[in-house]
Amino acid sequence: MILKDSITITRGTSVKNELGMHARPASRIAQLAGSARFCIWLHANSTRVDATSTLDILTLCAVKGTQIVVEIENQKDMDVLNQIIDFFETGFGES
Amino acid sequence: MQPSSSGQISIRGISGSPGICIGKAYLVDKEGVNLIKRYPISDAQISKEIDRFKQAVSKAKNDYAKIIESIDKSIEDNLDILETHMALFEDKMLYGRTIDTISTDKINAEWALRKVSRRAKAMFQQIDDPYLKARVNDIDQVTDKIMSSLFGAQDKKISDINKRVILVAHDLSPADASQIQLEMIKGFVTDRGGKDSHTSIVAKSLKIPSVLGLGKAMINVKNDDILIVDGSTGLLIINPDEDTLFQYEERLTKFEAYRAGLERESHLPAVTKDGVVLNLMANIELVEEVVAAKDYGATDIGLFRTEFLYLDLRRFPTEDELFCKYKELVELMLPHSVTIRTLDINGDKVNPYLSVVEEANPSLGLRAVRFCLENEPVFITQLKAILRAAAIGNIKLLIPMISCVEEIIQVKQALCKAIHELEQENKIFNKDIPLGVMIEVPSAAIMADHLAEHVDFFSIGTNDLIQYALAIDRRNPQVAHLYQALNPAVLRMIKMTCDAAKKKGIGIVMCGEMAGDPINIPVLIGLGLTDLSMNSASIPVVKNMIRNIDSRKAENCMEKIMEFNTVKDITEYIINEYKDILPFQGTDESL
Repeated sequence: MILKDSITITRGTSVKNELGMHARPASRIAQLAGSARFCIWLHANSTRVDATSTLDILTLCAVKGTQIVVEIENQKDMDVLNQIIDFFETGFGES
Repeated sequence: MQPSSSGQISIRGISGSPGICIGKAYLVDKEGVNLIKRYPISDAQISKEIDRFKQAVSKAKNDYAKIIESIDKSIEDNLDILETHMALFEDKMLYGRTIDTISTDKINAEWALRKVSRRAKAMFQQIDDPYLKARVNDIDQVTDKIMSSLFGAQDKKISDINKRVILVAHDLSPADASQIQLEMIKGFVTDRGGKDSHTSIVAKSLKIPSVLGLGKAMINVKNDDILIVDGSTGLLIINPDEDTLFQYEERLTKFEAYRAGLERESHLPAVTKDGVVLNLMANIELVEEVVAAKDYGATDIGLFRTEFLYLDLRRFPTEDELFCKYKELVELMLPHSVTIRTLDINGDKVNPYLSVVEEANPSLGLRAVRFCLENEPVFITQLKAILRAAAIGNIKLLIPMISCVEEIIQVKQALCKAIHELEQENKIFNKDIPLGVMIEVPSAAIMADHLAEHVDFFSIGTNDLIQYALAIDRRNPQVAHLYQALNPAVLRMIKMTCDAAKKKGIGIVMCGEMAGDPINIPVLIGLGLTDLSMNSASIPVVKNMIRNIDSRKAENCMEKIMEFNTVKDITEYIINEYKDILPFQGTDESL
């Protein structure tokens, strides 16, 4: 058996806005992640979800303060990773 | 429920509409939205099936984009929901997984989508957070949209359900029923619903036997089980044994012969033995029903329910859209009249995004004329379309759910505005049309003498009048048996209304289900009613009843009936007086 030996890159952030990660930001993240060329995931509450799926992201139940890790499979998607981190850091553009 | 040694199971429900049918079961999806078929596909068909799914999604997305464009941009919350839905159309958990499921399970797109959507919903249902739980609705709505676009895309091919089945459903709303190809259906049974519920009204108008309020049909019936539906007695028999099957086939033949006999005479006028002519009219919902109404011997359209277009479009139709429908109908009916009833609905049913106020008791809520007066532009649009169609055909205008004099005055003000706008726009219309009100709220029956001063005719809507007068929800199987047209309190209200109309010399019609049941006919003739509107399928049997009644005897009987104080006494008296002419019920013991 050959084990997949790709090295993933991760960065941490947290949910900053009052409402938590509701449908609108989730679909925006999915949209951003959609431009990645390789796989991209979000981790929270010890669950990993596909960052390109709004529904999958919602199942994280990420309320305000939840620690989030964004994981990409390939260096080439660094810019997507950064955009998603920024989106979290700015509280999804909400007050 | 009584299982027998042969596996035959009988379940008793409520008679929805009379008649017998024997056929194979077809289970409607529990959500009741659509008939979702499951069929395998070959390896070679996989890519075609995936393409079909992709096209359906892109069509659904386009339709949605149009809704977003048309919506008021100031209602940002709505926009948010809609835009989230837009994103969900191509979400991996729905879109991607449906495509995967089509190719791995080798099944059709509808079934794959249903499977994937259920799985996604289950994930959200487990979550405690109420916000996230509510996302189930988003998944539902998006799934429904794709599903209907899948159906639409292959509309013609879906006719392969033509094995003529018996539908088994949890419940069927009029909107659901309109999505189903009814000529493919022999009959239907539902777990919910009572006599006189909308479901049974649909069944009656379609002339198909039905049993409602069964409670446990969905659990006991499997697809393709042989079913006997006895709509006359409210009995469902699952997997009947040979003897039962034989017995019912014989009854079915007799019942059909009896009905054919009635229908042969149905085009002849309805005249009592002593020469009183009654005018029998049809209640319809779709323009397409006109043909059936005429076949059954209806002269006019006594009630045209206008909700369908609103429910179908899921938005408020434009004046021109409404005008075109009304024009088509009145032209078909010329020179006979069409009574158009204005919107009788709760607004949120038309546009789920319109209102977030959930009513605990919608039948007592903001519906019908109340909704129209609160949302004047919607009302005026409809009134304008009706007035324009009145320039082409013979129209009477009917306002539902009037409960007081003030409402009529407000309606007249709205009519004046509509007329004024039409004048300003130089449109051709006719304002000289009779204006009537439904008498279906007890307060209206009680105030009938005053209401009569303001209108040209009354139309007694017995379905709601009985429900409100007796405080009975006719869809609730636990109390549905208490919903009785011959209740003395109901008869008094009807008599008050008739007397008020007669005194003032205005027209009076009965347009509820009560008019379609032969046992009530002696009472209605006794009260002096001559204009009856009903589901067209009931017309032949009612005409037959009328021809055997002497109006003078009916009047005398009526005096006696008004002295009784229980439903039982009244019913027994009528059955006793008219037992020779009351119609064959299809499953009479004497057979």
